[in-house]
Amino acid sequence: MQDASLLLNRRAVVRELLRERGTMLLVSGLGAAAWDVTAAGDHALNFPLWGAMGGAAMLGLGLALAQPARKVLVITGDGEMLMGMGSLATIAVERPHNLRIVVLDNERYGETGQQRTHTASGTDLAAVALACGFPHVRTIRAENEIEGLRSDIQQMDDLFLAVVKVALTDDPLALPPRDGAYLKNRMRGAILGADAILR
Amino acid sequence: MSTTAAKLSDDSHSQHWASDIYDVFKAQGVEIVSYVPDAGHTHLIKRCESDPEIHAVTLTTEEEGVALAAGAYLGGKRAALLMQSSGVGNCINMMSLVGTCSFPFLCLITMRGEWGEFNPWQVPMGQGTPAALTAMGIIVQRVAEAREVRATVLAATKLAFQSYCGVAVLLSQRLIGAKQFLE
Repeated sequence: MQDASLLLNRRAVVRELLRERGTMLLVSGLGAAAWDVTAAGDHALNFPLWGAMGGAAMLGLGLALAQPARKVLVITGDGEMLMGMGSLATIAVERPHNLRIVVLDNERYGETGQQRTHTASGTDLAAVALACGFPHVRTIRAENEIEGLRSDIQQMDDLFLAVVKVALTDDPLALPPRDGAYLKNRMRGAILGADAILR
Repeated sequence: MSTTAAKLSDDSHSQHWASDIYDVFKAQGVEIVSYVPDAGHTHLIKRCESDPEIHAVTLTTEEEGVALAAGAYLGGKRAALLMQSSGVGNCINMMSLVGTCSFPFLCLITMRGEWGEFNPWQVPMGQGTPAALTAMGIIVQRVAEAREVRATVLAATKLAFQSYCGVAVLLSQRLIGAKQFLE
């Protein structure tokens, strides 16, 4: 059984976090995080991963370094973040002021049969990020904390990571485009202008 | 790292070809250089770290650099990844990004396990490096002579960024000098 205190609905959380997102860039980890982001509305400034497990945060770092004037949000799951845990140290050392990471933590590998991840047994990804040197981390369990998180995502001028503890839910699939070259060109066109993909 | 290894990578020979790579980075607009260090890359890493226009990023594992390069390209910047051949196996699945999305990807790999190697643990991944890269669709180009480094890395950079593909340049152990702990 999942911890009964995990009540937040991931789809509702993501929809709220992305409300009035402006020019913010978004990378989502594979699986449910990508479906959540897409359910909130497919967007040219989204780069939803369908693979490359463990790489979402580092993609976010690359974007953040290349586009320092924009906020970059990584939304991923606990399983994906666990696979890329070393990248939390790399990112903390770089401390990009415009990068923020949200881990939707349901303590399960949701796409493969709801097997328990290490967070179900006590691994605390916010504590890991803090120990790696993240200047700000938080763990969110209540709905009334989401608005503050949304505001920080859009406005805070420093690196941070938030773990949002979410309920196990059986959400309808909301699949983003699968063609990686399309997703790449769509995002580059939206950030850099059509010239970037035509010349 | 042993004193001998540091000496090898600091000698003027190594500085010469490493500076050639650095010059190509500058001329081709490579602004982000990530790496898990190798003694063979010492001089190049020093040059990149001391250049305020290059963002040098130390990684915990090489696959981070594949995703970093993809993100940088999405944002309009060119990145390069430096590693030793033992790091290639750590990147395999992350290299799916390169083929699936046609990301330009430039990787410079100092070779171990191939030329006068004294450490048997370096041999399997060193010998497996070209096949592992090829299996993931990365184009492999090898350079064994210092005088060919500049042209090879320049061509690899153009190939990667103009033709949207992954290119790895293998800097042979013969070029770098086989590391020795025992003289």
